[in-house]
Amino acid sequence: MEYQEILHRCFRCGWCKLPVNFTDLNCPSYLRYRFETYSPGGRLWLIRAWLNGEIELSDRFQEIIFSCATCKNCVEACGLPKIKDYLVEVMVAARGEIVNRGVVPPPVREYLMGIQNRGNPLKKPQSERGDWAQGLDIPSYDGHEFLFYVGDVGSFDETAVVMTRAVASLLKRDVSMGILGEHEKSDGNDVKALGEKGLFEHLAENNINQFNERGVKKIITLSPHAYNTLRNDYPLLGGVFEVYHYTQALSRILETRPSGMLGARVTYHDPCYLGRWNGEYLAPRAILQSIAGAGFIEMDRSMGNALCCGGGGGNYFTDILGSGQDSASRSRIRDARNSGAEIVTVSCPICYKMLNDAVKDEGLEDSMRIMDVAQVVLEAQGG
Amino acid sequence: MEKVYRELVEIVGSEYVSNQPEELFIYSRDMGTMLPSTPDLVVMPNSTEEVQKIVLLANREGVPIVPMGGGLVLSGLTRPLKGGIVMDMKRMNRILEVNETSRYALVEAGTSQGMLKAYLKKHHPNLKHSIPDSPPIATIAGNVLIHGSGHLSQTGGFHSEMLNGMEVVLPTGDIVKVGSCSASPYWISRAPLPDLSGLFLGWAGTTGIATKLSIKLYPNRPFNDARAFITDDVDLVADIIHQFTGTQLAEDVTAAANYIRGRTSIFPLVIVNYGAESQDELTWKRNLIRASVKKYIEEKTGGFVPMPSGLRKDLIETPNPTMTQTADDKEGGGFEYVGSIMPIELFGEAYRAGVEISERLRINNGMGARVIGGHCMMFFYGYTFNRAVDADVELARNALHETNEAALKLGGIPWKAEVPAQKQIIEYMDPNTFELMNRLRNVLDPKGILNPGNWEV
Repeated sequence: MEYQEILHRCFRCGWCKLPVNFTDLNCPSYLRYRFETYSPGGRLWLIRAWLNGEIELSDRFQEIIFSCATCKNCVEACGLPKIKDYLVEVMVAARGEIVNRGVVPPPVREYLMGIQNRGNPLKKPQSERGDWAQGLDIPSYDGHEFLFYVGDVGSFDETAVVMTRAVASLLKRDVSMGILGEHEKSDGNDVKALGEKGLFEHLAENNINQFNERGVKKIITLSPHAYNTLRNDYPLLGGVFEVYHYTQALSRILETRPSGMLGARVTYHDPCYLGRWNGEYLAPRAILQSIAGAGFIEMDRSMGNALCCGGGGGNYFTDILGSGQDSASRSRIRDARNSGAEIVTVSCPICYKMLNDAVKDEGLEDSMRIMDVAQVVLEAQGG
Repeated sequence: MEKVYRELVEIVGSEYVSNQPEELFIYSRDMGTMLPSTPDLVVMPNSTEEVQKIVLLANREGVPIVPMGGGLVLSGLTRPLKGGIVMDMKRMNRILEVNETSRYALVEAGTSQGMLKAYLKKHHPNLKHSIPDSPPIATIAGNVLIHGSGHLSQTGGFHSEMLNGMEVVLPTGDIVKVGSCSASPYWISRAPLPDLSGLFLGWAGTTGIATKLSIKLYPNRPFNDARAFITDDVDLVADIIHQFTGTQLAEDVTAAANYIRGRTSIFPLVIVNYGAESQDELTWKRNLIRASVKKYIEEKTGGFVPMPSGLRKDLIETPNPTMTQTADDKEGGGFEYVGSIMPIELFGEAYRAGVEISERLRINNGMGARVIGGHCMMFFYGYTFNRAVDADVELARNALHETNEAALKLGGIPWKAEVPAQKQIIEYMDPNTFELMNRLRNVLDPKGILNPGNWEV
């Protein structure tokens, strides 16, 4: 297995369970399950034990490995500088090893089959992929300066579509952009995170070919997950594009003009694939802080210390991480409540959906709203 | 054991009990050199009442229970030597009370060092607690119960001395409070009552399961500094420590005296940490600390090391990752140490004993000490090993064994001793003392269900 040579170097010291500021348990799966086995260190020791033949490839072992949200809190907090950068790669490699043996948990199989057979994991017809844009007058991509790449969740999930429409409405005012609609395919970020390297490469190469054929040079993504893989993985496969997350594009547009007025206490939840994976913490904050009247509040866990919503690493689709009082999303909502925020802003369709569900589970629908950055701007502008 | 499993599920819920191979594998071992010993079950209670129910069940069924905090002791004390249940306490991690004026914190037993630090920083920024050199997920209770020490141990002694009181579930299932909390709503002190906390401190979890504890807090000074004093004569270190601690200004005094085979000798360092309410006070303290070792500076047998601000910051930082990083010295993920509680004047002899073991066994030795209240020190001998190489693990295990013996011969006592080291200590111990330990344990735990195999001949 790739990275096998570093497995024994994990001391299992547990720095990875907490954020760098120690506020609370910050590894989503350890927070949820609490057994040492579900911590990053526990996983590394179990992977080594499995490869050494000391434990078997059981259902529980698979659950442990696939419940990692790939949020990179462990990378941020690990006490061993020489191995910390590889911790998530180890997890993905172990998943790859399991996938190669043809035995993955049923929801992982279902997710991968959905992508393979239908082009998306939400069991929706590909022909409906562009339906989210109905009535918005967003053109199909045809040599525009930017391709607006939406991704699976933003295209198909009913809740997330609200966010997609808000982002597109705002961007189209200032940006020459088009969409691929029914021709858009999964970006493959979460396929890769689930260890299906072959399928990922297939998706990525198809996307690269399509982008090149259509003359795409610059891409704005809705999802930090797509942003991550288009920015970091595609170049390794020959797909070199200028990639922006929509908050980066918006922050450039809005820096030259007022963003409106909003009388509410607002906090921001950092998505892992924008923050810890790509170091973008400031663009969304710049937008929110430019809104007059909005009291911007940081949660105790923010930026590199942020708690994941629990949807990363494919868990949004597979739900292996599960729900309940100690789920990451509900814990995150309690963070927001404790900060005094009335609006929790997100910039990822997965976080948007996860936190919307968690607000309901926490019984806070009346006092707290989950809004995308673009929705907040639109509301501030009275739109 | 199936019946016990089902009853545990009724007590804590199915999500928090496991009899699965994965949990049994991980909970059978820690990061040190002791061989694995597999539990039958792992359980994670969420309240004192759940702990009590589990203990009553185990007592009825005669099943061993091993309480575990962070599981970071390194000497294998949370391995279930006779099977049974490992009780992971970390779900019980609530911070229940902080008393600003009387400076104490009441926490549940699974509360981690890091979480208390973060909580105090946010809600009580003028207060801090003594933090050990272990990772931040280490529990406060675990460290107190093993007589740990930390970055305020020059001020407050062992962490067990910073204990104000505890709630404990006895092996028979009774819930008891020890300290002022037994007769008052305030968890302020172990005095003036008979000090029953000693029934649970240093016993490796064989006499009771702590569920809540109150620890002393200290002023969190806004100005902090660390100074490092170097000498080429290891026999001067004891007096340098004595002089530093004599100022009664230091919060922490530590020493480092690594021995790496084949290298030019590494000069020992003594590091003194101190804090102040103002820059003027900090300067005043620095001058007094400097004056305490003036004779060595004038004799040119020692001097303060110039330190860049980054290094100084590292020395002040808590929790400090340096000890954890030791585990990667050999790119092998393994580290264990003997921490011997001994008189300060033995520093030189203790160092030479370490050098002798290093040369004889051909293993490097990361030596040093933390001074406890100016009255004794925890002299440590750290051995790194490559976990992937059995012979290397065995070498470290042998070095630890030999070091325990050497420390005992010098008059030291190994701290949080591995089971083999416990037996070595018992050989040195007054037989009447060991007999008293056995009598007390038989009274508290007549069925011998709590962490059996420890403190036994």
